[in-house]
Amino acid sequence: HTHIYTVEQVKLLDRFSNKSVTGTLHLTATHLIFVESNSTSAQEIWILHHHIASVEKLSLTTSGCPLLIQCRNFRLVHFVIPRERDCHDIYSSLLRLLRPVSYDELYAFSYNPKQNDQEREEGWQLIDLAAEFERMGVPCDQWQLTDVNREYKVCKTYPRDLYVPITASKPIIVGSSKFRSKGRFPVLTYFYQEKKAAVCRCSQPLSGFSARCLEDEHMLQAISKANHNSRYIYVMDTRPKLNALANRAAGKGYENEDNYSNIRFQFVGIENIHVMRGSLQKLLEVVGTRSLSMTDYLVGLENSGWLRHIKAIMDAAIFLAKAVTVEGASVLVHCSDGWDRTAQVCALGSLLMDPYYRTIKGFMVLIEKDWISFGHKFADRCDQLDPDPKEVSPIFTQFLECVWQLTEQFPQAFEFSEWFLIQIHEHVHSCQFGNFLGNSQRQREDLQLKERTYSLWAHLLSEKQNYLNPLFSPSVAESHPVLEPSTQAYHFKFWRNMYNQYDRSMHPRQSILKHVLTLQESKRELEGTVQALKTKLQKFGVSTSPLKPQTPPRERSLPPRPQSLILGAPLLSRKEVQQEEDKEVFGEEAREDAPASTGGERTVEGSSATENGYGELMGSFGSKNEPGVVTLEFGVARMTC
Amino acid sequence: MEFAELIKTPRVDGVVLHRPFMPTVEGTLCLTGHHLILSSRQDNTEELWLLHANIDSTEKRFVGSLGTIIVKCKDLRVIQLDIPGMEECLNIASSIEALSTLDSVSLMYPFFYRPLFEVIEDGWQLFVPEEAFKDLESMTDEWRLSEVNKDFSVCPSYPSLLTVPKDIDDESLCKAASFRHGGRFPVLSYYHKKNGMVMMRAAQPLTGTNGRRCKEDEKLINATLCAGKRGYIIDTRTIAVAQQAKARGGGFEQEANYPQWRRIHKAIERSNVLQESLIKLVEACNDQSHSMDRWLSKLEASNWQSNVKEILTTACLAAQCIDREGASVLVHGTEGTDSTLQVTSLAQIILDPACRTIRGFEALIEREWLQAGHPFHQRCAQSAYSNGKPRSEAPVFLLFLDCVWQILRQFPCSFQFNENFLIMLFEHAYASQFSTFLGNSVAERVKLLLSQKTVSLWSWVNRPQELERFLNPLYEPNNLVIWPSVAPQSLLLWEGVFLRWNRSTKCLDEAYQEMAHIIEYNKELQNKVNSLRRQLAQLETEDSPLQTP
Repeated sequence: HTHIYTVEQVKLLDRFSNKSVTGTLHLTATHLIFVESNSTSAQEIWILHHHIASVEKLSLTTSGCPLLIQCRNFRLVHFVIPRERDCHDIYSSLLRLLRPVSYDELYAFSYNPKQNDQEREEGWQLIDLAAEFERMGVPCDQWQLTDVNREYKVCKTYPRDLYVPITASKPIIVGSSKFRSKGRFPVLTYFYQEKKAAVCRCSQPLSGFSARCLEDEHMLQAISKANHNSRYIYVMDTRPKLNALANRAAGKGYENEDNYSNIRFQFVGIENIHVMRGSLQKLLEVVGTRSLSMTDYLVGLENSGWLRHIKAIMDAAIFLAKAVTVEGASVLVHCSDGWDRTAQVCALGSLLMDPYYRTIKGFMVLIEKDWISFGHKFADRCDQLDPDPKEVSPIFTQFLECVWQLTEQFPQAFEFSEWFLIQIHEHVHSCQFGNFLGNSQRQREDLQLKERTYSLWAHLLSEKQNYLNPLFSPSVAESHPVLEPSTQAYHFKFWRNMYNQYDRSMHPRQSILKHVLTLQESKRELEGTVQALKTKLQKFGVSTSPLKPQTPPRERSLPPRPQSLILGAPLLSRKEVQQEEDKEVFGEEAREDAPASTGGERTVEGSSATENGYGELMGSFGSKNEPGVVTLEFGVARMTC
Repeated sequence: MEFAELIKTPRVDGVVLHRPFMPTVEGTLCLTGHHLILSSRQDNTEELWLLHANIDSTEKRFVGSLGTIIVKCKDLRVIQLDIPGMEECLNIASSIEALSTLDSVSLMYPFFYRPLFEVIEDGWQLFVPEEAFKDLESMTDEWRLSEVNKDFSVCPSYPSLLTVPKDIDDESLCKAASFRHGGRFPVLSYYHKKNGMVMMRAAQPLTGTNGRRCKEDEKLINATLCAGKRGYIIDTRTIAVAQQAKARGGGFEQEANYPQWRRIHKAIERSNVLQESLIKLVEACNDQSHSMDRWLSKLEASNWQSNVKEILTTACLAAQCIDREGASVLVHGTEGTDSTLQVTSLAQIILDPACRTIRGFEALIEREWLQAGHPFHQRCAQSAYSNGKPRSEAPVFLLFLDCVWQILRQFPCSFQFNENFLIMLFEHAYASQFSTFLGNSVAERVKLLLSQKTVSLWSWVNRPQELERFLNPLYEPNNLVIWPSVAPQSLLLWEGVFLRWNRSTKCLDEAYQEMAHIIEYNKELQNKVNSLRRQLAQLETEDSPLQTP
């Protein structure tokens, strides 16, 4: 890391209380690093430049110049830098650094995890979409691989390998693609083998008020014919009807049921990227408010509309899954361009139908298929390069949240825990790995990502143990392969561990997940010890009874969990992490009197009364004009008479 | 009065029972003096036994001659009974109505209930004040047990034995009692062993509009302060409400008369407002509309979560004064029987690890709720489905349990009991075969001869067979003060109570079982390791003489 700048005596203010810590701020080519000066507790905060969404220099105060940094992973830091000059220098350097103008400047191209080329290549080969379609049972007698997009000539934003009905000839495909926005014609994304029903995706038709296209009609017919179980197919337009109507005026629109035989057309009503962006902004404003009252919280949650949008996506996915698994009908999903809402609904719907996507590896495959390969515009949506604020939108975040909402209803259905989802979210924005760079497969090939960057999936799999859900039960998945979540409004909850993930005082001080993971870890050790002791005993000629048979031991080992997840500490080296882990004993999070010198920051923070916002009691008695009444507010004692 | 008079039709055949998330059952409906029973008279089918006392309200409607009774229970369950025959249906409905609203306490089920188990440990003898005082005596000699209220004449809602400062004589106590609402003079609630600070509770002082004062009251509370130390008075009402109370003869401690005390006002709602809040919350939870905006706005409008936050915040403040500021605290509201007890009992859960064990929590409920005179009979007479104008019903105790659940959620390894224990207490506070929550005060319970005539809830709960399902598998004793977060994002809706009958919990229950299983297996392994180690050590010592030569 090349050091650019160091400023001493910088204050870091807590977002919700009046607390602050002093330390040194380092600016490097890739990170902004804050190191607390208190040598014993010495917390470090590492912020990747790509994570920074905005930097704001506030007006000068008596204690210095405040710098407010907002991150895409929902971290918000507030520094006060003693000298305005330093503040300005950091501010302008940051502005330059966080607006890379070419892909080459992204962290992924300089990040080197000390792997050789072979290891890197193996990382990229972990996920193989051809194998995934094979797993679904495709190609088969009704579906085939087409080479029509081998050169990205028919559709620039689709992958090369596409699966279509065998009766869809090339002229039909090409004709259909010309009648669809951005050439995104209907292709297969998931095949439900049990009922031979297909989930297909595309973009909106260029139907305007009356235009039609025989090839496109044939294409839908072909999809319908490929499924003998149902006479009709569903066409799900995931937009609100009003939006679809408005598109007609621009020569786009939706399918006219009179022109397509045997289709059942359905609007779903998921809002567009702009509404979603605004909604998240409102949500973050609410949950970032100091001294937030319960009323303002609930009213704000409602007004943001966030959970309403999450529920709309879930409702659509449930509709899709029901049509396929219960009715055995094939479904064609589209929105406008077919890369935002369509990706959400297809991916979530598949996850409801297929337990494989609820495993760690399967979830990676799902993201690779429905998001990366089908051209969800990660670069634009996550603001990687050349920012157009109107293109930024938390579409993928919403998908992750929908999955989290499902993990809450089905605690045993997923191989991974929410830490996995949070970590993926972290890296979608980090630009540290190549997977999410760019807007399409074609662009990724042009960038030679597989040669020049590393794959996130390999990295995540290498620390798989951190992301396991200890309660996962494959047998539950076998007996109930299709998830049928309830869509009662009260099942949708605010995802505190995502949107307030760095506000540690809000989190439970003892985590059940962590506790049970630790038990799994110690289980392995104990089993080893039992074995070793038995061997020793056998030397004395003692035979021992076998271990209780009713609990099949699961092979799991657990390296320490990364601190960056919910706890918000920087990623330390393995060794440091281990030490940190060792220090922590369960229950000690609650140690309110832990002297700052003994524990890491983790044991102390969030455990003192003052940080938890019941209010600080003001100093001593005996001042002359002592007010009669003290009202204690969140973090501040206010005096009134 | 004979129950038979109220039961016009004791039996109806062909009744269909509908319950959410369960198959319908057709069978015979029977009414007894205390139960509504529905049995299909087949093996392997669950019967319904519902205490009349658990019924909050009923609705009936007719389609032709088929009548339907909707029974809404105090535990928030709603069931539907389809009864053939209009007359039968009307008879059943009026009997249920009459039997579920019996006024006389002595006709309640606990007086008729005979346990099918042997009472090994009598719950009535478990938590006597003398025992608690012995513990206190081992820590400090500043306090004494007063018998001033032995015939309940000084304060009818207090128990006969009270812990008061050693230097205050009974005569002063009587004078202080006359200066406090309902005679509830300041008494010891909690002694913080770590620094010797105390929490006391009382009712509001009767200062009235002309600022009455009482030297004995001032002396009494000052006696709890160490030399040169100051204390905090936490008034659970807003200053405006406290001011208004003066007009009705109540009031608050004037700083001029209590110079060593600083008063802090909080805003815990009064009981009638809380009842409204519960009704609205339950209505929101039962709304089947699936609309997100509607749910959130109804949840907000109910104010329930705001009440939880306010109560927890006040309890944390009291705990903070004691533990962090090293100051003693006096807590009161108006009567000192509702919000006061919420605050003092929650503060103890935060401060005192003993209260987080099952026995300790039971003792806390005995001390701070039952003996402290929370009027359970009045407060729990009706629940969320009450139709009539609320009299003195209020979910004060339920709110306390909700707050405990919030702390439990944030410190899932620090409590010996689990959520089921809290839910069980909620159920039994509203309707029970046991008499622990009968009556409004110790005086009333003594008069009813409960300990002779009825069975205590604790006699049943503390049996190992029952206790098992209330134990928290994650529990690891934690001797620290636990400070919960009161940020709105940290406080959740208590689904285990409010959505209990509205959702299927199969997946959650199975996950819980799996977790318990993992923990259990780990313990077994640990035991195995220990026993093998012992075995090995033994062999090694036996062998050593052989090996040494």
